[in-house]
Amino acid sequence: METIQSPESPKLTSKDLVTDQEVRWCPGCGDYSILKQVQTVVPELDIPRENLVFISGIGCSSRFPYYMETFGMHSIHGRATAIASGLKGARPDLSVWIISGDGDSLSIGGNHFIHLLRRNFNVNLLMFNNEIYGLTKGQYSPTSEEGKITKSTPMGSVDHPFNPLALALGAEGSFIARSMDRDPVHLKDMLRRANAHIGTSFVEIYQNCNVFNDGTFEIFTEKSSKKEQTIFVENGKPLVYGQNADKGIKLDGFTPVIVNLSDGHSANDLWIHDEKDLVKAGILSRFFERPAEGSGHLPRPFGVFYENNRSCYEVGLNQQVEEAIAKKGKGNLDALLSGRETWEIK
Amino acid sequence: MEQNNQVIDNVIIKFAGDSGDGMQLTGTQFTNTAALFGNDLSTFPDFPAEIRAPQGTIPGVSGYQLHFGSVSIFTPGDECDVLVAMNAAALKANMRFLKKGGTIIANTDGFDPKNLRLANYADGANPILDGSLEGYRLVTMDVTKMTRSALSESGLGIKEIDRAKNMFVLGFLYWMYNRDMSATEKFLTEKFGKKPDILDANLKVLRSGYNFGETSETAATRYTVNPAPMPAGVYRNIMGNQATAMGLIAASQKCGLDMFLGSYPITPATDILHELAKYKNFGVRTYQAEDEIAAICSAIGASFGGKLAVTTSSGPGIALKTEAMGLALMLELPLVIINVQRGGPSTGLPTKTEQSDLFQAIYGRNGEAPIPVIAARSAADCFDTVFEACRLALEFMTPVIFLSDGYIANGSEPWRFPKADQLKEIKVNFTTENNNDGKYLPYKRDEKLSRPWAIPGTKGLEHRIGGLEKQHETGNISYDPENHEFMVKMRAAKVAKIADFVPNQTLDNGAEKGKLLILGWGSTYGPIKGAVIEARKKGYDVSHAHIRHLFPFPKNLGEMIKNFDQVLIPEMNTGQLLSIVRDKFLVDAIGLNKVKGMPFATGEILNKIEELLK
Repeated sequence: METIQSPESPKLTSKDLVTDQEVRWCPGCGDYSILKQVQTVVPELDIPRENLVFISGIGCSSRFPYYMETFGMHSIHGRATAIASGLKGARPDLSVWIISGDGDSLSIGGNHFIHLLRRNFNVNLLMFNNEIYGLTKGQYSPTSEEGKITKSTPMGSVDHPFNPLALALGAEGSFIARSMDRDPVHLKDMLRRANAHIGTSFVEIYQNCNVFNDGTFEIFTEKSSKKEQTIFVENGKPLVYGQNADKGIKLDGFTPVIVNLSDGHSANDLWIHDEKDLVKAGILSRFFERPAEGSGHLPRPFGVFYENNRSCYEVGLNQQVEEAIAKKGKGNLDALLSGRETWEIK
Repeated sequence: MEQNNQVIDNVIIKFAGDSGDGMQLTGTQFTNTAALFGNDLSTFPDFPAEIRAPQGTIPGVSGYQLHFGSVSIFTPGDECDVLVAMNAAALKANMRFLKKGGTIIANTDGFDPKNLRLANYADGANPILDGSLEGYRLVTMDVTKMTRSALSESGLGIKEIDRAKNMFVLGFLYWMYNRDMSATEKFLTEKFGKKPDILDANLKVLRSGYNFGETSETAATRYTVNPAPMPAGVYRNIMGNQATAMGLIAASQKCGLDMFLGSYPITPATDILHELAKYKNFGVRTYQAEDEIAAICSAIGASFGGKLAVTTSSGPGIALKTEAMGLALMLELPLVIINVQRGGPSTGLPTKTEQSDLFQAIYGRNGEAPIPVIAARSAADCFDTVFEACRLALEFMTPVIFLSDGYIANGSEPWRFPKADQLKEIKVNFTTENNNDGKYLPYKRDEKLSRPWAIPGTKGLEHRIGGLEKQHETGNISYDPENHEFMVKMRAAKVAKIADFVPNQTLDNGAEKGKLLILGWGSTYGPIKGAVIEARKKGYDVSHAHIRHLFPFPKNLGEMIKNFDQVLIPEMNTGQLLSIVRDKFLVDAIGLNKVKGMPFATGEILNKIEELLK
C-alpha cells in the first residue's frame, strides 16, 4: 500500500522505530531479521510515524508491534486482519501493516485472511511462515508438510498443507509475493513493493524457527543450495536460475519445463515473468514441490508473483458516504427522528 | 340494513395468514392509521423462521397482533378480540389466542378441501361450516373471489391479482373500525408510484373491501375507538430496531464522531443493520463482515481509529464475539455491543423472544471481565437506552452491552420523540498532549478511572495496546503477579464506578414501602406495568421498579428492595436476574418465569400478584 507523505515531517531513522521494550524472541529466530528490515525500510517511505499502525494477532510473530515505535495493537488469534479492516475502513489515511504467522493467518484466521484479500483493503499483510506453531512449543501448522512429526503428531501429520500463495491468488489477492528472512536485500525490496502497491499486499516470508523447526527452509536459504533450489523472479525478465545462471524455465503449453541454457537453449525461449498475468502467476504459485534430493524438480520462486490494480474497499465505503451526503445533504437529526408521519396531541 | 355503531375503549386484532399473504404489511398499515388517529397502541409480529414454509401449512402461518385503544396500552394484549384468518392453518394456529366469544373474520377460499387438509383438519371437517366455532362471532367472506372480480378488467394476471387480497381485508377492517384510509392510500401511492396498474389494483381492492363492509350484511356492527389521552406532544410510531438505529445515529451526532457498524446478518438483529445502511449521509459506515467475529473485530479497529464503534447481533452471534469482547475490555476502547435476544440455546427459536442472555452478558467471558450491561424496556425506550450505552462507552472507555429482544425489536408503539437539541452532548476528548514527563502513559487514569484515548495520527503519542496483561499506566506487557491482581481489581473498580454516574433506580408505580415489589428488566415492562395497574385498582399493595442499568446496578437498588416484604421478578428465562438479585442483596426474591418464546400476558403476572398477596 502507499500513503501520501507529509512533507514537513522530519526524516525518520530506523532508530526512531525502536521501542524501549526488550525483544523477546529466541536468540537466532528469523523474526529478528524481519524486524530489522522493516525498521530499515519504513523510514524510506516518508510516512509520518504517527500515521503508521502495526496490528498483529497471536503467535511469536505477533509480538512485533511491541517493538515498533508506532501505533500498534497486539490483538487476538487470527483476527488482526479483521481489526485492520475496520481500522482502514474507518481511517483510510493511515498506513496499516498486519503482522501474522502461518497458524494465525491460515488456520484460526483463515476466514478473515481470504476476505481481506477479496475486499482488497489498502493494507500490507506480512505473513511469517515457519511451518510450525512456535509459541505453543511445536505443533504442526497448516503449512507443515504431510508426515511431519511433532508433539501433537507423534506418528506424523496426516494433514495436507496449504500453498499460501495459491490460496491468496484464489482469494482474489491483488498483490502476491514471497521472500525470506535470510535475504535482507530481497526482503527489503519486497517490503518497498508491498508498500507501493495500492490494495492488499500479501507477502509470505519464509522464517526459520530455530527451536521447533530449525532448517525447514535451509535448502532455499543456504548458499550451497540456494541458487539451484530457488528462482528470483523479476517483472519482464526471463526465468533463469542455477549455480551459474545456467537453467531456465520454459512454458510448454501450460506446463513449465526446466531447460539447460548450456545445452543450446536460448534465454529468448524462456518464460518472461509478467506480474500482471494471473494465469502464469497461478502456474508459478504451483512451483511448490517439496525439494527432493537431486535435481529435476522446479525451483521455489521468490519475488512478486502477481500484481494488479483494482478498487479498494475503503475507497468505495467512504465514497458512498460522500455520495449520500452530496445527494441528500448532511443528515438532519430532527428530520430523522420525526420520520414521515407524525401526529400531535394537544 | 341497520348498522350499529359501538364505542369501545380498546381492541386487539390478530392478522393471520400464510407467510405470502402480506399479513405483516396489512398489520403495519392498520397500525399506522391507528397511530395517526391518536390511539395508543402496541404491536407484536409473530412470523415463522422459514421465509416461505409450504403454503397453507401451520408452520407457514405469519401473524401480526395489534392492540389499540382510547386508553393507555402497554402490551400487544394477551388474547385477541378479532382474529383475521386468511386460511384454515391460520385459524388452527391462532384459535388458542382468541378470546371466548371473539370475532373471526375468515376468508372462505382459504377453507377449501386442500387448505383444510394442509392444516390437518379431520376429513370432512370444516370449522367455518360445521358449527364447531359456536360461541364465536364468525364473519365469512370469499376474499379471493371478490378480489378477482374487482380486478377482472384490470388486465393483470391471476398471480398479481391474488397478491392484492390483503388490501380487501384491510379495507374491510377500516370500515369496521371507522377508519380513514388516506394514510394507506398515500403509502400505496409511494410504494407503487412507478407501477400504475399495480397501484390502481391495490387502491381498488382496498376500496372494495371497505364498500363490502358498507353494503353487505356480513357484519352489522361498526366500532369506534377514540383517540387516547396521551401527554401532549408530537408522536410517531416506532419499532424497537428502528429506535435502536436512531439512538445510535443520535449518539454519533451528539458525540461528534462518525459511526462504524460491524455486523453480520442474524435474526432478529438484522434490521438495525438495514436501517443504519440507509443513513450514510449521517456519516454512518456499515460493514457487513464475513462472520460475527470479524464484525466485532472490525468495530474494535474502528474504535482504535477514533470512531463510535458498534456491533449488532443476537445470542449465538454474541457467543462468537465473546473473545473479542474480552479484548475490547483489555484495550479499554469504547464499543457498543448490541444483543437483540431470541430463544436459545444454540440456534434455538430465532424468531421468538426470550431474555435468557443476561448471564451471558454479565458473566459470559473468560477471566475477570466486567462489562457494563443495560437493557431497553420497550420499542421506543431502545432509543434512550442505546444512547445511554454510547455515552457510557465513550465517557468510560469501555465496551458496553445493550440488551433488547425480539419482542420489542419488532414490536412498535407511539413515541413522543425528542428534539435533537434536547439530547445531551456526549463528551469525547481525544488526547493530543503527552500526559507524562517521559513516555506517554496510555493507561494513566482520570477520576472516573477511565484511560485517555489517543488515536493513530496523533504525533508523539505513538503507543501499543493489546490483550496481554498490561502494566498499570504504561500499558507494557506485565507478568508481575501483584500487577495482575491490581489490574483485575482496577478494571472491576472502573466498571463499578459507573454506578456513581447513572441515575438512582426509581419506582414506575406504587409506594416506596410495602408488601410486594415487582422488579423487572427489559421487555417485560409492558405486561408488568399493565398488571400492576390492574392489581392496584383491585386494592393490592404492589409496586413496580424496572431496571435499565443491570450491571452495575444503580446504587440505591439494594435499599429499595429492602423496603418490601416480598420481591417478585418476572423474566422470560428460568430466573437469571433472580439469581443475581439473590446473590447480590441476599434477598429471598421469588421468580415468575416463562420460556415459551412468548412475552408474558398481563393476566399471568396479575394472577401471581394475587396469589402472593391473597
